[in-house]
Amino acid sequence: MTGTLRFGTPQILFGLAVAILVVFVAVPVLLIFFNALWVDGAFNLADTIKVLSEPETYRALINSLILASGVTVTGTIVGTFFAWLVTRTDLPYKGAMKVLFLVPFMLPSFIGALAWKMLLSPRSGYINRFFMETLGFPDAIFNIYSYHGIILVETMYLFPFVFIQVCGALERMDPTLEESARISGADLFTITRKITIPLVMPSILSGALLIMLYSMAHFGTVAMLGIEAGIYNIPTLIYERIHQSAGSFASIRTATVLSTVLVFTAALIIWAQNKILSGGRYQIIAGKSFRPTEIRLRGLRTPLLLFCIAYIGFTIVLPTVTIFLVGGLNTYGLPISPENMTFDNYYHILFEWDLTRDAIWNSIGLGFASALITMFAGVIISYVIVKMKVRGKGILEFLGMLPFSVPGSVIALGVILAWSGKYGVNIYNTIWIILVAYIARYMAFALKANSAALEQVHNSLVEAARASGATMWQALRDIVIPLVRPGMVAAFFLIFLPALRELTVSVLLYGPTTRTIGVAIYTLNEDGETVYAAAMSGVALIIIVTAEVVVKRFFKVKQ
Amino acid sequence: MSSVEITGLSKSYGDREILKGLDLKVEAGESFTLLGPSGCGKTVLMRLLAGFETPNRGRIRIGDDVVADAGTNVPPDRRGIGMVFQDYAVWPHMSVRENVAYPLKIQRVPAEDRDRRTNRAIGQVGLTGLEDRMPSQLSGGQQQRVALARALVSEPKLLLLDEPLNNLDANLREEMRFEIRELQQKLGITIVYVTHDQEIALAIADRIGVMDETGALRQVGRPDEVFDRPADAYIYRFLGVANFVPMHRVDGEWRFPDGIGRWTEAPPDLPGDRLTLGCRPFDIVVTRSGDGLPGIVRRASFLGAQMDYLIEAGGVTFRAATDSRRALSPEYCFADGESCRLTFRGAQWFDAAASDGEGGPR
Repeated sequence: MTGTLRFGTPQILFGLAVAILVVFVAVPVLLIFFNALWVDGAFNLADTIKVLSEPETYRALINSLILASGVTVTGTIVGTFFAWLVTRTDLPYKGAMKVLFLVPFMLPSFIGALAWKMLLSPRSGYINRFFMETLGFPDAIFNIYSYHGIILVETMYLFPFVFIQVCGALERMDPTLEESARISGADLFTITRKITIPLVMPSILSGALLIMLYSMAHFGTVAMLGIEAGIYNIPTLIYERIHQSAGSFASIRTATVLSTVLVFTAALIIWAQNKILSGGRYQIIAGKSFRPTEIRLRGLRTPLLLFCIAYIGFTIVLPTVTIFLVGGLNTYGLPISPENMTFDNYYHILFEWDLTRDAIWNSIGLGFASALITMFAGVIISYVIVKMKVRGKGILEFLGMLPFSVPGSVIALGVILAWSGKYGVNIYNTIWIILVAYIARYMAFALKANSAALEQVHNSLVEAARASGATMWQALRDIVIPLVRPGMVAAFFLIFLPALRELTVSVLLYGPTTRTIGVAIYTLNEDGETVYAAAMSGVALIIIVTAEVVVKRFFKVKQ
Repeated sequence: MSSVEITGLSKSYGDREILKGLDLKVEAGESFTLLGPSGCGKTVLMRLLAGFETPNRGRIRIGDDVVADAGTNVPPDRRGIGMVFQDYAVWPHMSVRENVAYPLKIQRVPAEDRDRRTNRAIGQVGLTGLEDRMPSQLSGGQQQRVALARALVSEPKLLLLDEPLNNLDANLREEMRFEIRELQQKLGITIVYVTHDQEIALAIADRIGVMDETGALRQVGRPDEVFDRPADAYIYRFLGVANFVPMHRVDGEWRFPDGIGRWTEAPPDLPGDRLTLGCRPFDIVVTRSGDGLPGIVRRASFLGAQMDYLIEAGGVTFRAATDSRRALSPEYCFADGESCRLTFRGAQWFDAAASDGEGGPR
């Protein structure tokens, strides 16, 4: 009796953890690999290569690469420059600037893309029209439906990845390293080139790889701006194939092959990032905080401040204002002036139109449910990985790594393959399939937050409970869960907030009544309902920003 | 209270064998201390007793119950033990009262009884008045008391203590070890106490078991037995600072390594012409003149309560100690380089191998 009990509880937890990861993550991904590499039940790499060499597929691969590289280069330059400016110079209002540069992180980039479309589309964009109609330019000054346009918009939303990492590194860097170079007679330019940049290089690279990872798998901006000009990247081509063909074999196959490429690219990027971060050079940056020496900008102080303000105004304020103004127009294309404005659109969206009202409640419900489920699943899995000694834990550790390298469109496709009736369960076109996909997609966040919290709970605290007579479940309930609660709360919001503005996954899975906020905006825009798309975006921005601010406030108070 | 009986206990991790065929019996109501260097497997033995580890072979019996043998391994929560951990392991999210009451809560002891016993346990460790404090508001010593009260509250058959005083400062450590001893005697519980600190072991134990690096029990006995009649040089060395001097017999006389100095005290009752003399610093009496072994004071260090000497004599360097009152009196106040005489109040004899490569003071 006692023997079975000893093997019982750990085995149940272990089995549960493996089952969650297998069902939600491993099976969908394996089905994708299987569909991509096997034809008629036989391994057939030649056919896979044939699919990849079809012009459209090939083009999408190249486009993903071009766009991701472009965004990585520009995002890294922008992020590094601003990070240096707010940490190492005497720029005025540095603190406020630092906060403002992080705002793009909260805003969904597809809403930004929508705003830029309204401003810079070649014929109807407000800026282009201003230049053509008022200033008499013969042509549009900038066409947003282009590689440049996409890279520009993605950069605005992705540069904070590098900004955050580099800010952190520059703040933690021992200033004596620079001072000693100074004493040795090096001028500022030389110090920056020879000391500072090499020291923060790992942070820059790691941030750059994050941008690349995100951009490779990015759907929203490319879908909003690229499709018009025939520019597809991997995720948008997957979307196109799945939607146009209603599940034909050839299109599913193309999509799975593209997904496979995406998974391997993502895995490669994550591997490279770990390699860089674990490299020895990183250790020169100590954990403690120093007060870094500030570089005097002198005459450049005011111009650089104005530049930062202009950047923020141009990339954050202008698109946001545009969204709200266009959302209030009677008809898209009218000049923005008081006589053309109305609140009817907003009223209609919030109180009259089922499509948009459903979308808002779907997003909130999905965000809440997926955050709650994933948070608890994350605790169980992290607990087994971090705290338990069971045979076969290696498998679990591997499975636990998987969610980190599976992009959203891949998850969505895998979920379609697994849950549309082929294996006994058909939840396609229901809200449940989106929930399943969200759980898979956000598992990585839950694992990260919970493992971090569990590392802090010393083993002896659990053993003390066991010695006090508590079973493993009681120890989990009374000791572990209360102690990791902050990590769980963090995991909840790390999932809830991005789920609110999710597009990539839900756009592949939505049915007539299961639109999310992101899908609603996207489809309204596709259907030419630009004004409603803008109004809905405005509502979404208010919901998202409110949620973010409330959560941040809540966490600050708790600390 | 329960006795503990360990028979043929073996534990290995992969290829590393920590314990092999260990036998040990702890009597009911006894305070038993396992003393050994770090990494000797004493903590593993403790964790096997608690049920956190499963033995590869052997049997553990607590009272009348077999808690571990080939087919059985009773989980920790069913062993009826109390345990105090080295790092306290006081739950940071519970108040003192909640921490101490937890084992009773798990046992579903009725609230009234629970409160009474909780208060009593808190009283026993001297924390009355601090019941509603959170652990972060307590000092290290107070947290250790909470851990002790928590382990005692359910009146365990067996109390396991894993180096519980290590993280405390010296004064508190001294105070706590007497308190634990006192509580044990008052409550009459069986204690197994693991430590590498011989002073704690000697102070707290009815019996001591000394373990070596290979996980073997070298000697089990009363503190004074182990201290005064160690089974071998290893234990002698482990229990305190020791001088080891290789001695040889010439014409029926025992000589020091220089071949000149003679051993004038009672001769050893061991066979052989080569033996090792072991003596503690306080076994050596340092005088200015008289009989005794002639030597030169190389270094005299005043350590407060006692004076510590390094003395060259008989071809080796001795460590000797004298209490400060005596050492500071003009007659016995030695400067570096002065000559002196050594006489021996006590000695242990070991075989010749004991001093091989490790002679001289430690």
